[in-house]
Amino acid sequence: MTNFSNLKISSAIKGLKNKDFTSLELTEFFIKKIEENKNLNCFITNTFDKAILMAKSSDKKIQRDENIRELEGVPIGMKDLFCTDGVRTTAGSKMLENFIPFYESTVSNNLWNAGAVMLGKTNMDEFAMGSANTTSYFGNVLNPLNPNLGTNDLVPGGSSGGSAAAVASGLCLASTGSDTGGSIRQPASFCGLVGLKPTYGRCSRFGMVAFASSLDQAGPITHTVEDAALMLQCMSGFDTKDSTSSKKRTPNYLDFKKFNVRGKKIGIPKEYLIDGLNSDIKKVWDEGIGWFSSSGAKIVDISLPHTKSALPTYYIIAPAEASANLARYDGVRYGYRQSGKDLRDLYQKTRRTGFGKEVKRRLMIGTYVLSAGYYDAYYLKALKVRKLISKDFEDAFNGCDLIFTPTTPNVAFPIGEKQTDPIEMYLNDVLTVPASLAGLPAISIPSGYNKENLPVGLQIIGKPFDEISVLGAANLIENARGF
Amino acid sequence: MEYFIESGAKKWEVVLGLEVHAQISSKSKLFSGASTDWGAEPNSQVELVDCGMPGALPVINKYCVDQAILTGLSLNAKINKMSIFDRKNYFYPDLPQGYQISQFEFPIVGNGYLLIDDNGKEKKIGITRLHLEQDAGKSLHDQDIENSYIDLNRSGCALMEIVSEPDMRSPTEAAEYVRKLRSILRYIGSCDGNMERGNLRADVNVSVRTKGQPLGTRCEIKNVNSIKFIQQAIKYEAKRQVDIIENGDTVLQETRLFDPNKGETRSMRGKEESHDYRYFPDPDLPPLLITDKTINLLKDTLPELPDERKNRFMNEFKLSSYDAEVLVNDKETANFFEQVVANRDVKLVVSWITGELFSYLKINEKNILDCGVSSTKLGELIDLIADETISNRQAKEIFHDYLGSSQNAKTFVKEKGLVQVSDMGEIEKLANSVLQENPKMVDEYKQGKDKLFGFFVGQVMKVSKGKANPKIVNEILKKKLDS
Repeated sequence: MTNFSNLKISSAIKGLKNKDFTSLELTEFFIKKIEENKNLNCFITNTFDKAILMAKSSDKKIQRDENIRELEGVPIGMKDLFCTDGVRTTAGSKMLENFIPFYESTVSNNLWNAGAVMLGKTNMDEFAMGSANTTSYFGNVLNPLNPNLGTNDLVPGGSSGGSAAAVASGLCLASTGSDTGGSIRQPASFCGLVGLKPTYGRCSRFGMVAFASSLDQAGPITHTVEDAALMLQCMSGFDTKDSTSSKKRTPNYLDFKKFNVRGKKIGIPKEYLIDGLNSDIKKVWDEGIGWFSSSGAKIVDISLPHTKSALPTYYIIAPAEASANLARYDGVRYGYRQSGKDLRDLYQKTRRTGFGKEVKRRLMIGTYVLSAGYYDAYYLKALKVRKLISKDFEDAFNGCDLIFTPTTPNVAFPIGEKQTDPIEMYLNDVLTVPASLAGLPAISIPSGYNKENLPVGLQIIGKPFDEISVLGAANLIENARGF
Repeated sequence: MEYFIESGAKKWEVVLGLEVHAQISSKSKLFSGASTDWGAEPNSQVELVDCGMPGALPVINKYCVDQAILTGLSLNAKINKMSIFDRKNYFYPDLPQGYQISQFEFPIVGNGYLLIDDNGKEKKIGITRLHLEQDAGKSLHDQDIENSYIDLNRSGCALMEIVSEPDMRSPTEAAEYVRKLRSILRYIGSCDGNMERGNLRADVNVSVRTKGQPLGTRCEIKNVNSIKFIQQAIKYEAKRQVDIIENGDTVLQETRLFDPNKGETRSMRGKEESHDYRYFPDPDLPPLLITDKTINLLKDTLPELPDERKNRFMNEFKLSSYDAEVLVNDKETANFFEQVVANRDVKLVVSWITGELFSYLKINEKNILDCGVSSTKLGELIDLIADETISNRQAKEIFHDYLGSSQNAKTFVKEKGLVQVSDMGEIEKLANSVLQENPKMVDEYKQGKDKLFGFFVGQVMKVSKGKANPKIVNEILKKKLDS
């Protein structure tokens, strides 16, 4: 059997069209790989039977050379946050352990309509709340890139940890993720992959289990920038079912290839040089700045003065929205239920045992910040700060075209670390959260390695709906980095 | 009209404010395409949002927005060009999302007023606001001994909550207010006003004070669903509050329920048990923006409203304020009147509609639309009275039978042999015999007992079996007796 482990989507599409291999061959290869790598715990639910049917149907189209779609026969992993018709969708929670939707999320539906093949539903932090994939009811996911195999297993990052680990270990060609405060970019960075969070509103949120509605945004996790463009092309677009989805025309994302960095201004925000920034990451960042300037870009120092308020702002707004979004998991209509002696008892028992610790912590925070007497001091203030953060970016983009930063302050860390103090875990998101609050497109692009040979990702943040420049700049790094 | 509760030397004034919930007559729900038809199988009209499925998203129904604007315009109210949907958070089994989508700080409609009839004078009742919100489902506790059932057909239906100022001072005024509001809603078609089905229901805020004093503590009586009950509830509640104060106690602010069987209100929950709803803007819905153009287009579609129509009736037909009010209150009645009155005697038509027809409708528990009486049917009968073919009295006697028949008035009257006798000679004969048979009475009359005139008329009518034309009977008797 051919080894398809490091195959890119772009090469797979060519290979399939050339009939070098079939989708069924590809699919069977990945099924085998998934079974061999069960220990990584990348998938919550496998959908192998479905995958084989989908692959065969794609092969038929390719064979007849008719109506071949953009991702015809490309096997992918689907984050278990996207509702899939007839396929269990858990959001990593006991609450939805046995929940089988009878409807399909718009993002997944778009991908199936483009011919993608679903291998399974990938593991994730419970309700996307986590940065290490250690809050999943279905167990931790291991980072496949562990140079010290046998000592400490590393986290893949989160919340799209299963999606990132699956792509990194060659269990699928690409996967979907969702990013609320960094849940695509951070695991992509930890696993040496491309992770793209599009502009808020690019991808429909319909059928995506909600965490924080004003922040949640779907995006791809892939090996390459081109693959990210190919995936996003199919995932994005206006959807009448989501009132916050954007009516802006979807561009041809592959136009990123025409992007020329010469003369472009790359902003380096001084506030991102935070105290806890790992020195190896700082080094890679400096290297990256060098690649841009040697390609003819102008490097400009910029300031995003409210950056330090972004994390606390995020950890008020996201839990507040979550506290309402997760109220529906009450044991009454679907999902987990623990009976009680009366209604109140049923609610309490169901939610006490159905949700994990981190989810409950955030629901408590969210309920607190919205409560009478605290609303103004917390939630309302956070909304105001959020506006200031957006304004920071607006002002900065008056003087630059793209903003260039590290994705995370640190590389992947061992499972078990940062588990005692939640704030320590939250600090993982410190560099990704500002762009989330401002709804801006941002990508994490593998840019180098630390001394232990762990991948380091850098982040490129663009103007609203300017994914093309973001992809183009990431592509420059992809070409410059030398691996 | 002045209304006071007198107790000892003190006169207590009752202060009333109403929150009316009016279900919008729309085919589909406020945020989903599910049908709103009444009486369907339980849970057969439910879409994802209506049952709070994971990943479900609300999409505003533009028709409902238009209806709210039209209602606002017909209440002389300010239409807010920007309004916000908020989540009102509480747990209840018939609230599937765990929150109700409502409007809190920024409602779609602001200050307005309507006019009620206060003994022939107009009284202005202020409207504080009108906002849009979702209805909840229904809990059914009487289907099973052990379990409660939930029907979500009503879940998500569009409601307008119309809040009045505390401007009413008597149960009659409150009833007039609801009647007028209902009339307006039905004129513009934004709500069918069906109180039996709960499509229009009111929360009544009641407080008492001695005149000139500041407002007393109010109690809110929830969900009263008939005008009669509203009046009963107010009477009971006001008296209860007066008794409490007279006894030296204080009224507690609380939510109460009206029990129509016992005619009393009882406590539901106190102020300290009231929910903290943790309102916050719904991140799934962008602010609702309304343009001047939309408002003007809708304004142009507004029909003639009850007040305008009343004025027109008073001018055009010289009706009294009372008659005009009675006729315009219901749009269909007013239409019916206009059809019948064309080229006919106004007084005759008014008296026949508000007298005989209304009593017929009341006896048969029908309304003007479903009673099967066409304007032609009534008009033809009135024509026969006008041209003196039959007397008013004859017409009244046959009215119910006539309405039940399929014959036209002329044929019906002819077949019944009811034609009025207007022959002077014939009537004179009858008059002579009546006078001859009652010489004593004639003497008494001639001595000044004028009242006896009616007796003679009655006797002549009687011997003519009601067929004599009363006008001619009068003329002849007058001539004979007064000469």
